[in-house]
Order: sequence, then structure tokens, then C-alpha cells
Amino acid sequence: MKLNLGGVTEAGRSKQNRTGNWRYFLPVVDQKRCNGCGTCELFCPDSAIEINNKLCLINTFYCKGCGICARECPRSAITMQVERGVAV
Amino acid sequence: MNPEAIKSKEIMQGSAAIAETIKAIAPGVIAVYPITPQTHILEHLARLVADGQLKSKYITVESEFSAASVIFGAASAGVRSYTASASQGLLLMTEVIFNMAGTRLPAVITAVNRSLSPPINIQVDHQDTMTLRDSGIIQIYVESIQEAVDTHIQIFKIAEDREVLLPAMVCMDGWILSHAYEPVTLWRDEAVQEFLPPFDPVFQVDPKNPLTYGALTDDDKITEFKYMVHDALIRSKEKIKKVAGEFRDAFGNYYGDVIEKTYTEDAELILIAMGSMAGTIKAALEKLRAQGKRVGLIKIRSFRPFPDQELRTALAGAKAAVVLDRSFSCSSGGILGGEIKACLYGQGGPQVINYALGIGGREIYPETVLEIVNQSERLVESGKIPPETIFYNLNRELL
Amino acid sequence: MQTDLKKNYLAPGHNACPGCGVAIGVRLILRAAGEKVVVVSPTGCLETFTSPYGASAWEVPWVHPLFENAPAVASGIEAALKYKGDYETHVIVIGGDGATFDIGFGALSGMVERGHDILYICYDNEAYMNTGIQRSGATPYGATTNTTPRGKFSRGETRPKKDLLEIMRAHNLRYVASATIAYPQDLARKVKKGLAIDGPAYIHLITPCNLGWGINPEETVELSRLIVKTGLFPLVEYEDGELTSVHKLKNALPVEEYLKKQKRFAHLFEEENAQMIAEIQKMADQNIKKYNLAG
Repeated sequence: MKLNLGGVTEAGRSKQNRTGNWRYFLPVVDQKRCNGCGTCELFCPDSAIEINNKLCLINTFYCKGCGICARECPRSAITMQVERGVAV
Repeated sequence: MNPEAIKSKEIMQGSAAIAETIKAIAPGVIAVYPITPQTHILEHLARLVADGQLKSKYITVESEFSAASVIFGAASAGVRSYTASASQGLLLMTEVIFNMAGTRLPAVITAVNRSLSPPINIQVDHQDTMTLRDSGIIQIYVESIQEAVDTHIQIFKIAEDREVLLPAMVCMDGWILSHAYEPVTLWRDEAVQEFLPPFDPVFQVDPKNPLTYGALTDDDKITEFKYMVHDALIRSKEKIKKVAGEFRDAFGNYYGDVIEKTYTEDAELILIAMGSMAGTIKAALEKLRAQGKRVGLIKIRSFRPFPDQELRTALAGAKAAVVLDRSFSCSSGGILGGEIKACLYGQGGPQVINYALGIGGREIYPETVLEIVNQSERLVESGKIPPETIFYNLNRELL
Repeated sequence: MQTDLKKNYLAPGHNACPGCGVAIGVRLILRAAGEKVVVVSPTGCLETFTSPYGASAWEVPWVHPLFENAPAVASGIEAALKYKGDYETHVIVIGGDGATFDIGFGALSGMVERGHDILYICYDNEAYMNTGIQRSGATPYGATTNTTPRGKFSRGETRPKKDLLEIMRAHNLRYVASATIAYPQDLARKVKKGLAIDGPAYIHLITPCNLGWGINPEETVELSRLIVKTGLFPLVEYEDGELTSVHKLKNALPVEEYLKKQKRFAHLFEEENAQMIAEIQKMADQNIKKYNLAG
């Protein structure tokens, strides 16, 4: 790919980066406790949570496992679990 | 001159002539910060804005650093932009000028050449602009107020060309050109607008097309990005030549393209200089020619891009080139002299004698030129041309 | 139906550290500001983690010029947009505390003094985090950084942080506010207000840094809540010079509740440094009094 003049670059191409492989802990949502309030989505630094029809969906392609969602969830519906394949 | 393009012919100050020309060019954004001897340009522009003759956004910033930054921003948003400065102000802009070149933003700066501190001195030399030589900015040095006027019109066209897209600078000697009064022809706004197409950049900051400017890059691409600036600056040479020709066709004035040659065809000794000094040399040449001396002059208009091939060709028949530098790099010597030696090395050209003179406004008279020619002839005859720069009339009693 | 899906103007896949306070702040700012914006950012963490060539996280036009000139570049963009007749696009600067308090302070002062229609948001993580945690004019009293380390003769930063909110107020801005990422609705409301007024506006936003503050990644939001609840960083709003809103505290927490969670303040809990905690409590008490937070 030819370089753009002046280093100008296209919007939103970070989406190709899989930051999910930085993760040691995976947020797991208890959908029975979750009421889809969206607090976790607001606080997710990695835009890795979607609230879709009141359902909280974690995008594991991007989630870095910081745990803010679990800490801030008002209904304690998210728990951080050790990522499969990670030695603790 | 093309009589239909003429707005006025009058004796006026260089700064006023530049401001009136900027009015005809009509940048959308002008950023200003006072510094001697540039201030008259911005004051004249202020009056034009205050009277409604100029519709630009006129921004009185808090430093030259911000002046350069404002025109960086305006150019990134696709608007023609302009500032003027001198000396310390240009140095303060340095970081932004590198950034403009790397981001390929064609803002234009009038550099009113002035010495650098310390000791503080408000008179002319070229140390300020020469210090910016590695940035990627186009630099054209002018000899007269009329050439300054005409070069401003040309330089926007060169800088904004899609094949160039680099910042550009017209370098005019402080006081000698900025404050002197000379007969000047100003051009009609319509004629200037007709000559200068609207600025139409490849990229611009626009919510409809959200682009990222100023990205982070690693070693896998950085050499290429920097080479692109180097290459664009080299290629701008052809654009400078083309636009000089177009200007001659439209307005009738011509000052050479990247260099201007005077009496060089048969010259054994060729002086090389930039800026108003060229006018003084031309006066001296008339005397020398009357004495039958085969001396000529190459005035370098475009120092960046550097006219290497043009110099090699023009100097091919000469015995010696005498480079008159109005700046120097400490421990290395005259900057122009050094570059010309490098461009001639191994190419079989003339020997190079390099003088540093005219620092901090030390006057250069036609007699100065005559004496330098005499000295140079003796050096050529003796075969003892010093490899280092000669500091002309250095007063060793003060050292 | 995806009616409740919210748009992200900071795309995922950026390189911020896990739990980054700045990334949270910028997502909230951009969502409040909407599509018709141009963002200018100085060099810093935000610039570094969002802008690799070919992998930008920005979904709005974004310009990174240099470390110290974002307000001036934004001034040029704002002037150029208006010159072109575009009075709809908002220009926002989002810069760190190093760029805002220190190296770009002159440019910020110039930008607001000239009255450009720009919203300046300082994301304050209280030190130069991008270069590896060195003190800035925003580093609070007592905090250790790599240039204010705990040593035989040193107990961290010796000076209180510069009161930039008051300095901005002294520029007679029409809108000055403080915010933290722990109060997203409050931040969104303030961003919208700052954009709605004609002329410059300033928002001071606390964005804790896990590495620099010595906290766990999941604690970022919590710390930005505790700094408010102790009175160390009051959430306030000034409109046309008048204090128009204050986030009240029924019972302010003791500053220890905030300090003890951070490694940068760990040395304050050594017996000989008890006086320093008392000093910090005094700062919180002064804020509580100044803004009548308890009333």
C-alpha cells in the first residue's frame, strides 16, 4: 500500500487490532442478574461492550480484561474469570 | 510588464508592497506577531483588514510559535494561510515548520531576514532562514522589492501545487528591502487571482471525511515519509521554473528561475550570492566589465530546493566561484559555500573561494565587492585558495 | 432491532493500557459531542495510543500537531472553518496535563484570551505518563513520580498542583467546569454545555492512570470517584463567571480513603509523614469550605 501524503491516515482502522490477546481475566456476565443498564458500556475504555436489547455483550476480540465493568456493575452481574490458557 | 495587470506604480516601502500583494493573494487566515523588521507588514495588513479591504481572518497570536501553528491549523483545514516573521521569531517557529513540511501543508511565510542573538542585533544577515534549511520548506531569496512582490504571487502557486504541497518562504533582507522605498508596480487583484488557482488540497480536516493527522509511525515507514518530503522539494524545482515562466507571460517580469545569471557566459570568476547583495554586486560588475574583467554573478533565488545541477552547468566554464555567505555554521563556515563545494566535488568544476560577510547588517558596498574580486583574483593566481571560509574584514584587533 | 446500540467515536483496538482513564474520558467526550467535530490533541498518552499510521482509533477528524501547540492549531482550524462559512463544526482540544499546565500553557492562554470558539478539555492524570511518570505542574503535593521519588531527603512532590481552573476563570471564559470519568452523565452534560456556548470553554477532567498512580486497572473509575468524595477535586461549573453548580458531599470521606489506594502516596503512611496527610486533608477542607460542598 502506497503511503499517504503527510502521514494522513484513515479513520477507525484500529478495529483490525485484536487487543483481546492482552487479556488475563475474562468478564463473564450473569445474564439473569444483568438488567442491561449500560453502566459497564459507559466505562469500558476499549469500546468492547455492547448493550443490545438490554443484553450485555462482551466483545472478546477487543476486551483487555481490565475488570472495570465487573467493579462498576451496580448489580454485580459481571465476574472476572481466569482466561483459558493463562497460567496463574 | 503587462499594462493590463498593473494596479499602480508608485514609490512605496517594501513592507507595504508585500502587505498589498498579500491582500491581492487573499489568504483565508493570517496569523501575526510583531518582530522587527517584519512588523510593518503585519501593521499594514491590519489596516487593510480594519478597512474591510481584506476579508481574511486576522489572528493576533501570543508568539511566533503560535503564528506558525495557527497557519498549520488553517492549512490543514484547506484554507490558504500566511504569516511573516524574522530572526528569533523564525527560530521559534522551527519546530512547527518541520511539522508543516512533514504534514505537507503549504502555508507561506515572509521571512524578513535579520541576525540572531546574542548579541541582540536587528540588522540583516541570513542566519535566521539558513537555520531552517533542513526542514523541507521552500526558500526563495529575493534581490529587490519588486522581486519580493512578484515572488510572493509565484510562491503560493508553487507551494499549493498538488505535486509539491510544502510550506514556502520568501526571504527578503531586513531593512534593505523591508523598510526601503523603491518604485514598485502592484498588480490588480483580479490579475493575481487569475494567475493563482484556488487552494485545493489532497486531504483536509473535514467532519464529512474524518481523517487522522499526525499519526505515529515506526521505522518501517519513517524513512519513506521523510524521503517523500525530500523528493517533493527536489521536484518543486521544476514547478518554480514553470511558474517563473508563467509569471513572465502573465505579468512580464522575470528574475531567472532557481538561479539568475549575469555575465556568466564568458566569466572566469563567478560570484555567487543571495538576496539584496546581488544588486550591489551587479553595480560592481558594471565597473569590472568596464575594466575588461571577466567576472559574472549567479544569484541563487531558490536555496531550497537547492539548484545543484543548474549551478554545475552555469559554473562549468569558470576558473573560480566566489561564494558570498551572509551566514555561517560555527566551526564549518559559510553555509552556502559548503553546499556549493559539496555540489561541485568530483564534478570537475571551478575552485571555490568562500567569504562570510555582511553579518548583523555590516554594510556591503560595491567597493566591498571590488575588493573581494581583487583578493580572489590574487588567490587564484597564487594557487593558494584556502579551504576554509574567509571572514571578510574581520577586525582582529577586537578579538 | 439495535435501537439501544451506542456509537463509538473512539474505535476499539487502540493501544491504551487496560483500564485507561483517558480512554474512558475520551469515549464519553466524543459521544456527547457527536459527529460534527474536529478534535486536536497534543503529543501525549492519548496521541500515542490512538494514532498509529494505518491503525487510527479516531472516527472523527483528528489532528495531532506537536506537544505545545494544540490550542494554536485549533485556533487556525476554527478560523479556517469560519472563513469557509462552517459555523456548525465544533473544535475541541483534548490534551493532557503536561501539554495543558506546562509546555502548551502559553498557547492555551492565547487561545482563550482571543476568544476562539473552542472547547478545551484537559485530561489530567497528574504527571507525564506517556514518557514514564515524571512530575508536571499538575502533580499533587506528596505524590511520588520518577522525577520526585521518595528518597532519604525527599518525600515526593513538594508543591501543591497549579490551580488551572482558577487560572482559566481569570481569563473570563463563559464556561469553566470540572469533571471526572466517574460521573459520565455529568461529564456529558458539561461537554454539551461547553460546546453550546459561543467562545472558548474549559473543562478539567480527572483521568486516573493505573501505572502512574499505582492502582489496579479495575480501580480507575473508583479513584476518580474518591477524589471527588474526599473533597480533593470538587465538581463545579461556572457560567459567565458565576458558580452555577456544585456536586455536594453529604459526608466527605477522609483523604486517607483516597490516598491509601495509591502507591504514589504509600510513603505518606509512614509515621514520620503523618503531617503531610494532614496537609492534604487541609486542602480538601479548604475546597469543602470554598464551594460549600457539605451544605
